[in-house]
Amino acid sequence: MIISTLSTVILDSNLGWTGLVQSSLSCLTIVTGLFFVFAGTIGVLRFPDFYTRLHAAGMTDTLGAELILVGLILQSGFTQTSLKLMMIGFFLLLTSPTATHAIAHSAYTANLKPKLGKHNFSKIRGGRS
Amino acid sequence: MRHAVLLSLVMAATWLVLSGYFIGMILTFGVISIALVVWMTKRLAILDDETVPYLNIVKTCKYYVWLFIEIVKANIQVLKAVVSPNSEISPTLVKIPMRSNIDIAQTMFANSITLTPGTVSVDVREDHILVHALLKEMSNPEDFYEMHSRSAGAVSIGLKDK
Repeated sequence: MIISTLSTVILDSNLGWTGLVQSSLSCLTIVTGLFFVFAGTIGVLRFPDFYTRLHAAGMTDTLGAELILVGLILQSGFTQTSLKLMMIGFFLLLTSPTATHAIAHSAYTANLKPKLGKHNFSKIRGGRS
Repeated sequence: MRHAVLLSLVMAATWLVLSGYFIGMILTFGVISIALVVWMTKRLAILDDETVPYLNIVKTCKYYVWLFIEIVKANIQVLKAVVSPNSEISPTLVKIPMRSNIDIAQTMFANSITLTPGTVSVDVREDHILVHALLKEMSNPEDFYEMHSRSAGAVSIGLKDK
């Protein structure tokens, strides 16, 4: 990460401390976003049923995607590209809950019953549940 | 008339951000498309506060800042449940009363619930929303009431009493 940061700084025309701080912040934000995407994936694999898996996927939708976009905005500075990225971020905030609700609602109307009550999934399960 | 002007301004800003060209021909196309869209909206008779909700933009931005903080908090809670080796989850279905019969307030509320990780609005009715929560402590009606009143305030709509 440090090497890639430094190489971006050197390859970019905006050398110096501002460039370094900008690139480092952007790298840090993108890596945090990727971490949330990764955690969302693990959650989808670990959680026991359809509805709980939706929550894990929601983590990828919100903080994961938004942090990556913020990182890209920092990377591009104040340009037209960053304005477009902001629009993408705003549209994601509108569309991803709509899609999630559509999926959840169709599962509910198709009579898929959620598993309720306490669950402990510390044990390693074999195969699919 | 006020709505038509406002809608044209917002669409012009969108066009300029997305195109980025300031050549006469392209700008003319932009003006033509905006006029066409405003005319069609007028003809459909949907040129009202609901289609053009841009007067509340400051309130809406404030609400999105608050919502983003809530999203970060909820993300951390879900993250803990996902990565801790001994995690225990308690999925809950809860009915949250709907205290507004205006479409945009209902949509904002249901969307905000779904946007926050750990809660998904499963079924939206006229008088309640059925919410699936990942953890029992996320299904507290008081917290939902706060979100409901804030999301309605973001579009300048008051809530009915209980």
